[in-house]
Amino acid sequence: MNNSLLVVVLASGIAYGTPLLYASLGELLAERSGVLNLGVEGMMLVGAVLGFWTVQRLHATTWLSLAAAIGVAALAGTAMATIHAFLVITLRASQIVSGLALTIFAGAAGLSSYLGNDLNLADNPARHAFHAVFPASVQRWSVVGPVIFGQDVLVYASWACVVGVSLYLSRTRPGLNVRAVGEAPASADAMGINVTAYRYAHTLAGGAFAGVAGATFTLAITPQWVSGITGGAGWIAIALVIFAFWRPALCLVGAYFFGALQALSPQLQARGIHLGPTELWTNSLPYVMTVLVLVFVSASGARRRLGAPASLGLPYVREER
Amino acid sequence: MRIERRLRQPRWLLFAVPAGSLVFAFFASGLVLLATGHDAVSSYRQIVDAAFLNSGAVGQTLTQATPLAFTGLAAAAAFRMRLFNIGAEGQLFMGAIAADAAGLYLGGAGWPTPLVIFAMIVAGCAGGAAWALIPGALRAFFKTNEIITSLMLNYVAAYILTYLVFNTESYWRQTTGFNASVFPTAKTLPDRALWPGAVIHVRGGVALPLGAGLAVLVAILLWFLYTRTRFGFEAQVLGDSPRAARYAGMRTRRKILAVMGISGAVAGLGGASQVGDFSHMLDADPNGLQRQYYGYTGIVVAALARYNPLAVVPVAVLIGALQNAGNTLQGADFPSGLVGVMQGIILFSALGGELLVRYRVRVGRALPAVEAA
Repeated sequence: MNNSLLVVVLASGIAYGTPLLYASLGELLAERSGVLNLGVEGMMLVGAVLGFWTVQRLHATTWLSLAAAIGVAALAGTAMATIHAFLVITLRASQIVSGLALTIFAGAAGLSSYLGNDLNLADNPARHAFHAVFPASVQRWSVVGPVIFGQDVLVYASWACVVGVSLYLSRTRPGLNVRAVGEAPASADAMGINVTAYRYAHTLAGGAFAGVAGATFTLAITPQWVSGITGGAGWIAIALVIFAFWRPALCLVGAYFFGALQALSPQLQARGIHLGPTELWTNSLPYVMTVLVLVFVSASGARRRLGAPASLGLPYVREER
Repeated sequence: MRIERRLRQPRWLLFAVPAGSLVFAFFASGLVLLATGHDAVSSYRQIVDAAFLNSGAVGQTLTQATPLAFTGLAAAAAFRMRLFNIGAEGQLFMGAIAADAAGLYLGGAGWPTPLVIFAMIVAGCAGGAAWALIPGALRAFFKTNEIITSLMLNYVAAYILTYLVFNTESYWRQTTGFNASVFPTAKTLPDRALWPGAVIHVRGGVALPLGAGLAVLVAILLWFLYTRTRFGFEAQVLGDSPRAARYAGMRTRRKILAVMGISGAVAGLGGASQVGDFSHMLDADPNGLQRQYYGYTGIVVAALARYNPLAVVPVAVLIGALQNAGNTLQGADFPSGLVGVMQGIILFSALGGELLVRYRVRVGRALPAVEAA
């Protein structure tokens, strides 16, 4: 039962989907405040490399070193996001160009690879990594064993993050303010909300999430450092935010769906099942579906309810409103 | 301190800001090198040697610069109308696929070389334009945000490219011979379909690829189109103020489709040149994610050139030189990843410098005087 295709794909889909979930939650926060950050891939890679470095550097192999690594990864992602925030919020630069520049600066041919080489990280496996929390006996339970109880702590923490972000955006004063800033910054400003501060805070928070997402790769999924280890997950995370209509709970559904697609192709191959050009459609389906969702949202009457934050991508300049 | 919009942008600033950004970027990257215990001066010397001075270096720089010039021009063409086509990457792949098919088929059928090359150029443009018209049409008819759709289609195109070479016995794949049975490879173009290059006899001979010449030609054409024709004027107005353009009776939809088509065609031509000039086959990455990032770097090139087609070409050579140095110097004692860091810092400073072009930073109290427009 636990070896059936569905269970295996679900279980590894959740594992593969977790970095997507973290990164997309972060991107969602930034976008809800009106800042599009296309630098997710770059922020993830820097978080991945520095999180990994922390574990290698600390001699303790307890959960403390892992916690420190996650902290460092979050900080690294935040630092990267600060560059973007400064350029697009304070200096009013183009969000698209700045985000792409961030990916080039930090990405597979940039800072992350520079750091990885300089700190000599490529040759050794991680000294310590995240493992499944529950004992093996529980993991043998049918279906829920591998799918629910076979995961590491980062997976469970991501569920808490989904609930947290969701409640934050819908039930708290600052959360409602962010949405106001993203939809109508001029009105928010008139209400006395500090647009600049909100945009900075949420872009930086987005960076922290992206950093953690990166560390998920190097400390849980494949505990090692390889240049470009995220393999395009940052772009899928950007797609995911749209796919989820800018809603945290749907990010979770989408992340596991996209994660499962990623897990599906090797599983089908291993089992000798041929469903047409498997790799082509499992790989490109997330992108195609995102395009379709975007078309649906923009063409239908649901645009205002389900669409992007109205001021996404636009700088806010008080004198020019 | 206050930031005010400039009513007039002084011409000298348009040159001073990019130049200043470059200087600043070299200093900042130097600091990164020093901070991590490298010798900045020797690293820079290595870069200059590998990019321009070593024998054959200029040729390799041009090899890197040519696709960047095309993707940069593609971005400039669209961004000038505020159509954010960030799909040059995918459009380049689609152009390469179409041009490769044309070269394989017509070259194999024994057509004369000039006709084969012409057909490859047309096919490349058509492939790129078709791929760009998907986000273009979605934008024109459903108002779908072209930024994200063009971005997503990059990956679809990259996976299609990989699929054609690795996962299927397609027309593009080499299916006979010993090598093909060991590792999947793409078919090599027949001799008739190879693009000629002019050789200049300096520094041991520099090969000027045909694509580089085409890129210069396209740059001039685009410059003419955007500054000297009604079409360019209307595109500019539509970009600056869609509402004013509507009132003036300009056809928004048609223009969106036309500009996206042109942008995609230029990127697709880059793909054709990639196949005809350099790789002579479909060059795919087995992991599906094509690693060169020509499309994204092209946007960076266009932004540095302030979306001026004529400036795109020299900027592409500069960034191509960096790229070339990064490829050549990999390993050894040269810090890998430095090139990306430098490109990033150059861009960041250029983006920051943009502020100085558009706004003036005043220290002190606001002046009541109003500047004449």
